Amino acid sequence: MVDTITIIGGYDKQGNKEPVEEVVIKKGEIFGVVGPTGSGKSSLIGDIEQLAQEDTFSKRKILVNDKQPSYDDRTNPRKKMVAQLSQNMNFLADMSVGDFLSLHAKCRGASSKCVDAVVNLANTLTGEPIKKDHELTILSGGQSRALMVADVAIISDSPIVLIDEIENAGIRKHDALQVLSGHGKIVMVVTHDPVLALMADRRIVMKNGGMRKVLSTTAEEKTISKKLNKIDELMLNLRDKVRNGEVIEDIEMKDVRI
Amino acid sequence: MRMVIVAGTPGSGKTAVLIHALKRLIERGLNPSVVKIDCLYTDDDKKFAKIGVPTQVGLSMDMCPDHYAIYNLEDMISWADENESDFLVVETAGLCHRCAPYTMNCLGVCVIDATSGPNTPLKVGPFLSTADIAVITKGDMISQAEREIFRERVLEVNPQCKIIEANGLSGQGCVELGEEMLKSKEVALGKEKLRHSAPLAVCTLCVGETKVNKKYHRGILRRIDGFQSYKGE
Repeated sequence: MVDTITIIGGYDKQGNKEPVEEVVIKKGEIFGVVGPTGSGKSSLIGDIEQLAQEDTFSKRKILVNDKQPSYDDRTNPRKKMVAQLSQNMNFLADMSVGDFLSLHAKCRGASSKCVDAVVNLANTLTGEPIKKDHELTILSGGQSRALMVADVAIISDSPIVLIDEIENAGIRKHDALQVLSGHGKIVMVVTHDPVLALMADRRIVMKNGGMRKVLSTTAEEKTISKKLNKIDELMLNLRDKVRNGEVIEDIEMKDVRI
Repeated sequence: MRMVIVAGTPGSGKTAVLIHALKRLIERGLNPSVVKIDCLYTDDDKKFAKIGVPTQVGLSMDMCPDHYAIYNLEDMISWADENESDFLVVETAGLCHRCAPYTMNCLGVCVIDATSGPNTPLKVGPFLSTADIAVITKGDMISQAEREIFRERVLEVNPQCKIIEANGLSGQGCVELGEEMLKSKEVALGKEKLRHSAPLAVCTLCVGETKVNKKYHRGILRRIDGFQSYKGE
């Protein structure tokens, strides 16, 4: 069981010590990672994914329950504590969706019975349905993303979930986040999206490859987050309407009082 | 002399990974030499020279690069000796992967590219199955699920190997490779043997026959139905 993960700071791109020396993230917490492009958000996520032990470019160290994880804990997919949803969603594997998912279930020590569950869940997040006999390589960006969200939720059911820029995929991000943040999981979301960033309990601000500061989401920000969610839902509904060939005549702004 | 033989598909990132790992060796006070075996062209010697490691290039031209590497091993070791090196790293560009250049006592490192698809480990043969360490590169280009499947496939082919997931650009995982390299054994050239036999290839094609018709071919030959025979004097 993972109760806490601790990120011990290393060095930024210039080789200076990171201003944030230590971050402790507790079970059940949703954590954001924000910062301009190139500021090192993905490498921070990468360090956590590998449970880095001062052996990456940043020289960060990650502790799980205040202890250094063993080599096996770090590398064996059956013991892997981290499930990652990366930005890279291009499938290169030349096989069907069904074969791919059963192989992955085998790697993770999960039952191959969950394949149908993954496909069904993926289809709640994306537009055109994915079928088990589809070739992986023909899936669109959004379909691949939805499939990976479902895979992370069901097959790679790990106590730590890392999500890298989920907003880029054209899938229902709130539903995706809900699917992923199952009971008691630590969820880290890398994002440029204020809606997602303010949904988190705290956020790390990255700059120049280093962790600059850690902010707690204020009560005001939580209120703003709720308003932003409304705007977002409005946009999503409009998007669905446009996608389905409807003509937009009016929009309901009464829920969103800014 | 301690020896590491590194093999891998072209463009898999052997040189990039090695440069990061060699830096670790130098930090630990070792004095390595590198021999780069390639077929037609390489400028990797310049990259190794940049980190101050003595480097020799061997171009095999129209000879099989693995045969060439094996045949020249003795000379490489004495060259490293002349440099007063305690450590020889041979990077070879094996092509067909039917054989493996590793000897019994060297540390055999196979570098394999995760973007080449999950069936690749099943296709490459002894160069992966007889390696001590499989370094998987470019894992950052694919999803975690694909990476895990690739890893599983590598283990299916070589259950004993140690897997290191490395990134030639950032150097991630290379420290670990460096540490493994430090554990390599001394080689005794007089008794050193290959881990796997080289391909069956004594035929007229080897000495330059270009005609395709069956009647021009001599040597040890295998038909498509599996029948194997020796034809010739």
